[in-house]
Amino acid sequence: MHTPSSDPRASVFYDYKIHRYRRPDDVDGKRPAKPVAIVGAGPIGLAIALDLARFGVPSVLLEEDLQVSEGSRAIVLTRRSLEILQQIGVERPFIEKGLPWSQGRSFFRGREIYKMLMPHDPDDRYLPGLNIQQQYIEEYLLGYCERQPLIDVRWGQRVTTLAQDDAAVTLGIDTPDGEYELTADWVVAADGGRSTVRKLMQLRMEGRSYAGRFVIADIKAKINLPTERLCFFDPAWNPGNNVLVHRQPEDLWRIDFRLPDGETEEQALEPALLRRRINAVLSMINQAVEWRLDWATVYSANTLTLDKFVHGRVLLAGDAAHLLPIFGVRGINTGLQESNNLAWKLAYVIKRWAERPLLESYSQERVQAAREICEEGGKSTRFMTPPSPGARLLRDAVLSFSLSENFLKDLMHWRTSRPHDYRDSALNAFGEADREFHGGVACGQPMRNVELAADAYLFDIIGSKAGFHLMLFVGDEGLTPALREILAAAEGLAHPVHRLIVAPAAPLDDTPAGPIVVDTQGRLHAKYDASPGTVYLVRPDLHVCARWRRANPEAVLQALRRATGFAEGCSS
Amino acid sequence: MIEKKMTVIELEQIYDLIAEGIDKAGPDKMALFLAKLSLALANLLGDGKAVAGAVLAAGRDL
Repeated sequence: MHTPSSDPRASVFYDYKIHRYRRPDDVDGKRPAKPVAIVGAGPIGLAIALDLARFGVPSVLLEEDLQVSEGSRAIVLTRRSLEILQQIGVERPFIEKGLPWSQGRSFFRGREIYKMLMPHDPDDRYLPGLNIQQQYIEEYLLGYCERQPLIDVRWGQRVTTLAQDDAAVTLGIDTPDGEYELTADWVVAADGGRSTVRKLMQLRMEGRSYAGRFVIADIKAKINLPTERLCFFDPAWNPGNNVLVHRQPEDLWRIDFRLPDGETEEQALEPALLRRRINAVLSMINQAVEWRLDWATVYSANTLTLDKFVHGRVLLAGDAAHLLPIFGVRGINTGLQESNNLAWKLAYVIKRWAERPLLESYSQERVQAAREICEEGGKSTRFMTPPSPGARLLRDAVLSFSLSENFLKDLMHWRTSRPHDYRDSALNAFGEADREFHGGVACGQPMRNVELAADAYLFDIIGSKAGFHLMLFVGDEGLTPALREILAAAEGLAHPVHRLIVAPAAPLDDTPAGPIVVDTQGRLHAKYDASPGTVYLVRPDLHVCARWRRANPEAVLQALRRATGFAEGCSS
Repeated sequence: MIEKKMTVIELEQIYDLIAEGIDKAGPDKMALFLAKLSLALANLLGDGKAVAGAVLAAGRDL
């Protein structure tokens, strides 16, 4: 019998709420198959449930515990993650609570040796980073899930078995009322780094694990420093190792440092030693203030991923599918891109708007992304925790040079998580048409935001509508007969294809179906290398999949078929 | 100041390559390996003045 703890977790800043376990009716007898069961109500599971609901797809969300995450864990959301939350329509509380930031500073021997400026375009609505504790991330997403009738959140449900055939997946679930079986057409495993589903399916990850161990400690302290990422190499109190400091909302501070080689987890978390080290960090930043510990843990870095995220009717996402190093805020931000990539594809297959090979493209696109992140994150990891004497010597040489020379400084920039470019995706309609562009947003790339007026952005209009988008650029003459034919052709499809008409001036001769963006300054035209007649086809996750200087209805329909898994070259 | 002539991607590749070379040489021969590497690179550079500048720069902040 599964008996989840109903004692609220201890925290000096967060008030844990115990959610009620409710006896599921399935306990009293088998119920019809659910369309989707999501295992794990962490940030990724919650985001997938909300994203599926946008397309009208119901889901059952199974969570082992009765409360949200222990400890703040993920604390940085990237701009892309906020854009995804905006698409789902839930970004507001995050913006209200979170602390935005855009730079990091690195220090060595008491001198600032590097300033990391994260890319920011004046056309972006959000700054590159937003610090917010995982408890709040989960609480806010959960609030939206609970108000969404299509989502059935079940607390205190532990998955113990998994079996699948061609038709469905059956999960064995243990609850305070005993075990029951739940059948679902699809199962999404979003149950984190220690994924039960991954273990039950005996899936092995590829890649490497790094030996260096780090402590994460979150403390509550009144510290008067701005929101930025601070990094200290080789501080006097921790020779050869490094320290990271991040500010979080409500006077919570994340302190992260590498342990001396050979030290165990038990030694590192011993209260007196931990206290001494935290005090040493606070002295180092000239903030020797009173503090209280919220949560501390030890972690090591991995660059591990499954080679397939789709296994029959089981789809894995987030840390259940890969374990990525934290440098560059890769965890939750990679996972949210996954949920956004998976949700529409799964919804389209369930609604029979697409063929099943569309799901294979989820695996292709995201495994490739995970491998690239492992490669990139591995470099940062080897700098932060050198795995060999040679790697350590090179790292030390770079640090030593950084005090007098600039030519090596870029090695200190661990690239931050960013939206992946699906340039190799089978969903892209490549060909002559794309080569006619000299810039803009190429097939596979994420769309780029544009500020249209004060506090009004392209993504505000385009992002919240579930479905594909056709973005049509018109000239002074308005919609031409050719563009009208394209709009008419897209109207006949089963799935929604939204339109956005970009015009140099308002108004057009008559009211077209779809919002008009008046691009008086030509900024949208410039960003998308567009001229009158240019058409962009955009996927529901806001990645471009086709574009034309001169489009015709047949080409647009063909690109839509390809992007929904019907074309050759997209099969498994 | 030493002029920056390589992209970060190239630098990262060189970084890993030299690190592997050091590990392969082992702790006893590490210094010998690095001295040989310096001589080979100086010869390939073919610019005595630039090499002298690099020797000075490398000697700072040890």
